Amino acid sequence: MNGIHDLGGLTCFGPILREQNEPVFHEDWERRVFANMMLSGSFLGPVDSYRHAIERMEPAAYLRTTYYEHWLAALETLSVERGLADAPRFDQTLEAELIDSIVATGMPATREDADSTPRYALGSEVVARNLNPAGHTRLPRYVRGRRGVVTALHGNHVFPDTAAHQLGEDPQPLYQVRFSARELWGPEASAHDGVYVDLWESYLEDAQS
Amino acid sequence: MSEHHHHHAATSPYLEKRRDGEQTAVLEARVKAIEDLLVSKGLVTTAALDRMVEIYENDLGPMNGARVVARAWTDAAYRERLLENGTAAIAELGFSGLQGEHIVVVENTPAVHNLVVCTLCSCYPWPVLGLPPSWYKEAPYRSRVVIDPRGVLAEFGTEINADVEVRVWDSSAEIRYLVLPERPAGSEGMDEKALAALVSRDAMIGVTRAEAAAA
Repeated sequence: MNGIHDLGGLTCFGPILREQNEPVFHEDWERRVFANMMLSGSFLGPVDSYRHAIERMEPAAYLRTTYYEHWLAALETLSVERGLADAPRFDQTLEAELIDSIVATGMPATREDADSTPRYALGSEVVARNLNPAGHTRLPRYVRGRRGVVTALHGNHVFPDTAAHQLGEDPQPLYQVRFSARELWGPEASAHDGVYVDLWESYLEDAQS
Repeated sequence: MSEHHHHHAATSPYLEKRRDGEQTAVLEARVKAIEDLLVSKGLVTTAALDRMVEIYENDLGPMNGARVVARAWTDAAYRERLLENGTAAIAELGFSGLQGEHIVVVENTPAVHNLVVCTLCSCYPWPVLGLPPSWYKEAPYRSRVVIDPRGVLAEFGTEINADVEVRVWDSSAEIRYLVLPERPAGSEGMDEKALAALVSRDAMIGVTRAEAAAA
């Protein structure tokens, strides 16, 4: 979905305002939003679903609300869509004793047993495909149609475009791709600079020589 | 690249959007409704939610990343392991987990300056930096840093020579990026603990440098 969240390359938002000695949370309700989002994934997740729920916020609301208001909106959207209020009682409860280990272990996105051989090698020239899917994607608009070079292979990773919609993990090779600043932004950009974006194989096609 | 003529009274994006008492009461009620459902259905306990908050408020933060950087500055073999496999080398110091399952460390040198963003949301390496500051999550930084990194750096007071390569890392997947700043001049002879005190959160995002006088 080409949504308001895809901000890369806009220059209309003014200066970067910073708060000195900013606290981790400003309000207690933010603590609760954070914890509820982090620990509701077994029913409302995966992480890609939360991101997509935020992306579907009304665009003006997205810009005028704070980060934890985005998360709260996602919690509400997914709770309704997944039918939390009518769901039967869960068999497995996340108890406090489990939390330290959940935090320290995380949820790796790699699927090394996936049967997928990378099409591209280090140094391959590629083009980010001009895809405009209706659903979730992690292909930023500013790289679509642009030519880049593979600078690292990250192994097989869960594909967010399907995972967000509970259509399976579809693990596929993930590449680090360097786009030169001039390729993205034109001749006035620095000749030295570059932007690195991590892109799944199905976002890429062969560069025509 | 851009000239701004805004005159913001607010000192931060968060404060600019701060809610009044009535709005806050609505937000409190909304999150309580979700929490009550999750707890009553037996998905999570209140104590588990409390523990989650405690960890991110108290245990995780840029002091973790600063230890990683200070170790890399003082131990060449560690630095090599860190650049080769960030996740594994960071785990050696006891830091791992959520939003840091796959960490890549990028090194600043006299020829290269790195900085990190997530243009699509707010991805950030939690085990080493904690939760991100508001400016990292708000539109001005996320939008502009990929198209005008030098302008953004200048706003943070960081001037980069024209012949230095600026590399912007857009965290579009589950790879999380951490900048290894250059060890500052004037820090010779300092031990690891003193060095860690020179490493700020912003230097590990890449918007500033580590400075010997900054501690």
